[in-house]
Amino acid sequence: MIEQKNKPGFTDQSLIRNFCIIAHIDHGKSTVADRILQLSGIVPEREMRDRFLDRMDIEQERGITIKSQAVRVPWTFDGTEYTLGMIDTPGHVDFTYEVSRALAACEGAVLLVDATQGIEAQTLSNLYMAIDHDLTIIPVLNKIDLPSAEPEKHAEEIAGLIGCDPSDVLRVSGKTGEGVADMLDQIVMEVPAPHGDPDAPARALIFDSVYDSYRGIVTYIRMEDGELHSREKVHMMGIGMTHEPIEIGVISPDMMPTKALGAGEVGYIITGAKDVSQSKVGDTLTSAVKPAAEPLPGYRDPKPMVYSGLFPVDNAQFPELREALDKLKLNDAALIYEPETSVALGFGFRCGFLGLLHMEIVSERLSREFGLDLISTAPNVTYEVTMEDNSVHVVKNPSEFPDGKVKRIVEPMVAADIITPKEFIGAVMDLCQEHRGEMGTMEYISTERVEMHYRMPLAEIVFDFFDQLKSRTKGYASLDYHEDGEQSADLVKVDILIQGDKVDAFSAIVHRDKAYSYGVMMTKKLRELIPRQQFEIPIQAAIGSRIIARETIRALRKDVLAKCYGGDITRKRKLLEKQKAGKKRMKMLGHVEVPQEAFIAALSTDEPTDRDTKDKIRAAQKAG
Amino acid sequence: MADHTDHTGCAGSRTDFEVYVHVPFCLRRCGYCDFNTYTAPDLGGGASRGNYANTVIREMELVRAWQEDHGIEEPAASTVFFGGGTPTVLSAADLTAILGAVRRIWGLAPGAEITTEANPDTVDEAYVAELADGGFTRISFGMQSAVPHVLRTLDRTHTPANVEAGVRAADKAGLWSSVDLIYGAPGESLDDWRTSVRTAIDLGVDHISAYALTVEPTTKMGRQIAAGLIPRPDDDDEAAKYEIADELFSEAGLRWYEISNWARPGFESRHNLGYWRNVDWAGLGPGAHSHYNGAGSAGRGLRSWDIAHPRMWGTAIRSGKVPWADDESIDAEADIEEFVMLAVRLREGLALADLVRRLRNDRGMDERVAAGIAGDIARRADDEGLAEVTDGRMIPTLKGRLLNDTLIEEMLEAIDAA
Repeated sequence: MIEQKNKPGFTDQSLIRNFCIIAHIDHGKSTVADRILQLSGIVPEREMRDRFLDRMDIEQERGITIKSQAVRVPWTFDGTEYTLGMIDTPGHVDFTYEVSRALAACEGAVLLVDATQGIEAQTLSNLYMAIDHDLTIIPVLNKIDLPSAEPEKHAEEIAGLIGCDPSDVLRVSGKTGEGVADMLDQIVMEVPAPHGDPDAPARALIFDSVYDSYRGIVTYIRMEDGELHSREKVHMMGIGMTHEPIEIGVISPDMMPTKALGAGEVGYIITGAKDVSQSKVGDTLTSAVKPAAEPLPGYRDPKPMVYSGLFPVDNAQFPELREALDKLKLNDAALIYEPETSVALGFGFRCGFLGLLHMEIVSERLSREFGLDLISTAPNVTYEVTMEDNSVHVVKNPSEFPDGKVKRIVEPMVAADIITPKEFIGAVMDLCQEHRGEMGTMEYISTERVEMHYRMPLAEIVFDFFDQLKSRTKGYASLDYHEDGEQSADLVKVDILIQGDKVDAFSAIVHRDKAYSYGVMMTKKLRELIPRQQFEIPIQAAIGSRIIARETIRALRKDVLAKCYGGDITRKRKLLEKQKAGKKRMKMLGHVEVPQEAFIAALSTDEPTDRDTKDKIRAAQKAG
Repeated sequence: MADHTDHTGCAGSRTDFEVYVHVPFCLRRCGYCDFNTYTAPDLGGGASRGNYANTVIREMELVRAWQEDHGIEEPAASTVFFGGGTPTVLSAADLTAILGAVRRIWGLAPGAEITTEANPDTVDEAYVAELADGGFTRISFGMQSAVPHVLRTLDRTHTPANVEAGVRAADKAGLWSSVDLIYGAPGESLDDWRTSVRTAIDLGVDHISAYALTVEPTTKMGRQIAAGLIPRPDDDDEAAKYEIADELFSEAGLRWYEISNWARPGFESRHNLGYWRNVDWAGLGPGAHSHYNGAGSAGRGLRSWDIAHPRMWGTAIRSGKVPWADDESIDAEADIEEFVMLAVRLREGLALADLVRRLRNDRGMDERVAAGIAGDIARRADDEGLAEVTDGRMIPTLKGRLLNDTLIEEMLEAIDAA
């Protein structure tokens, strides 16, 4: 490990360069970041591990950085040691706000693009955000070692987007290390030094806050003005809480406690905060004794966009689910939840998420890290339902949909940006149209690729739009979206009835034109998935009291082992015990046993392909 | 091999004692069969057709010694059953020699039932007569079907005429006959099945077993079905065939006494009833299972099974060891599970008093609670038309026979929930 000259708390701002890396998943951000750590000498070669920055399993497996971190990296250029603050940004659309805070903590951004693939929609949207924040952009093409790299082509594309010369686009390989040192030199030369007021009262931007089971809440900050000292009480200006600091320090590449942090520096602070909601991203931290008058701009509470019910398969696990959510919440200020009761699924929680990925990550962590066996209901957005009597209901769950005459339903809208190779323009247009998208403009970002702009209901995107977009464009298209007001629409609630009883977990709010296909597809799927039982089981779909689709599961006629002699007894008993365990994974709806798969089936909408399904949908529509 | 020395013997009152002898040889293997059987005449380790009787007799001696070591004193055997495989691949002299050894080692109770299974191909009048002379009382023929294309599907080499000849030979020798049928083979129509049922009835036998074809994935037929070469047996079709069989057998005076067994009253297989009544039995031969009430670490019973591979089985015996692959002590949970799943297969049904006794012994319930649960279980089964309660016994209905596993699962669920 090398000795660093610039000490935390005593580093002149002119020697500091704070930057982040904007990149799409898989474009090699972690590899380049690792390479930077290695070249700077703070991580010895033999300790070099890939993914030094990404710590959680799920992040590694998916190649996604959920939580950003910040590393202090020394870099000597022209004989002077500079201190680089490398801030890692989350790479996904769901975490836009967190990205914006990470950007706000920097003066520069490395735009890292895979030279084999070119820029993607989310990267583009983050790039625009960086430009809005007046960040200096250092354009870089990665993976130039690969034979399939097309640096000329993609340099043109990037140059067109940010208005530079294609020859200004750097070329690196995170894998071989080629070009990375030049990139660091470029950062020192191009990215402006911070220019806060070192003598003003301390102000620091919280750009990340994570729960560590050993240390508690670790809050990552970027000092703007003034200085913070260890053992100096701090005040969170947005939420109005004061904390006793336990430790302040920098990460280089492990946590190093320091006496102080000065203007322009990036570091961390550990306080007695119990969970991340007491130390929120976007908030401004100041000295409690000598507080700043004004917070830094841009603080806001995360707002959930998508809701879903989470229920333990075994209702006895409800307290464990609550505990697990409480623990996740420590680390995830955006996660909200409240208890919910479903007739079909028992006790669970209605959870609000930033988006689909956020939802997937939470349920995956619940099952992996906490060993919970969960059923999650179809994702839902927030509707505003106005009745004939002008009463207004906010519906986050189909079961909250009011009975009676509806005057108006308003749903949230998003502006969706899709980048796709031009040969898939038709396919994307079809898909968006099927999902009630309204086309806006379309621009060629290069001769090969276009960016298409749509306005769509959020509800259409949260279902399985992204999967379908990927499959119809052979994986080439990318999507970004952000809130864009609301609209009123002709929506209805479709209920599914098993043996005449409404199963709340299968109810869906859908556009009237799609109600029939939802009804037919769900009843058919359930007929396939629910095992035959002692009695006949009718499965129906209904809008209000009107039945729009029907299937029947015939009664089971035979369920017996023909031979049970001496040698069969132990085997049969073991089989019974296995079946008993399997039954625990079934939900009883009235007298009907419904397997978990049935609840999962409600989460996807394959296009009807077989003739029987198409005929039934047509018949239902005619009858309607 | 498992250590069998830690089982406390229980010298309490014993039930009937039965002996089962497995003969793991066949002339050819049928496509649906997943039994422990081999077509090679010599499997090594003393498990050749020629030497088989000697090896089994040696096993009997080892088992008898084990019983004595564990304080298990069995009464004379009330039944002996030779199954397979195809026991009649062995000579009649071998079978009677093995039977003679049972008589010498454990004794045979007066009026003992002595049965062998037989492939209609492998027996003639002389063979059957020799069995009768040796003390056999009963032959069970693997008839399977009376319809040639169904027999072909099942890889059976015999003809319907062979079965008739075998049964007549048994009649002549004074042996009772039973025939086995299989329904649900791919390509078998309802009329094909009616033909088989009627042909079996017309043989005039006193006992018929009819089994739904159960396809194990590891068999040739299982692989053919998985590959889509032949259709999978259909539950609804098998249910219809069961109802046909039950109706036609009943009309002919053959009454069901177990899910897959019908007999003229008094001609039920006492040996097989023993399995469902949970008596003691010693199973001999590769893969054969044994059961001893009151034995095992929990004192609730012990099930053990012989090494399945004949050569290793024979080698163990030659080295003087009881050739068990493993064993299992019946614990409180298994005890009640086995009791329920076996008793509700029978026409005599499940005695609610026995259920109450087990709920008290296995679950530590007091009598009033146990009786309440037993009553609830019986009521629910009755409400669902799965069983009727007569004289304190739960007796499965026709629906309850066809949905026997559903009935068992519901009963066990109710017990677990209590």
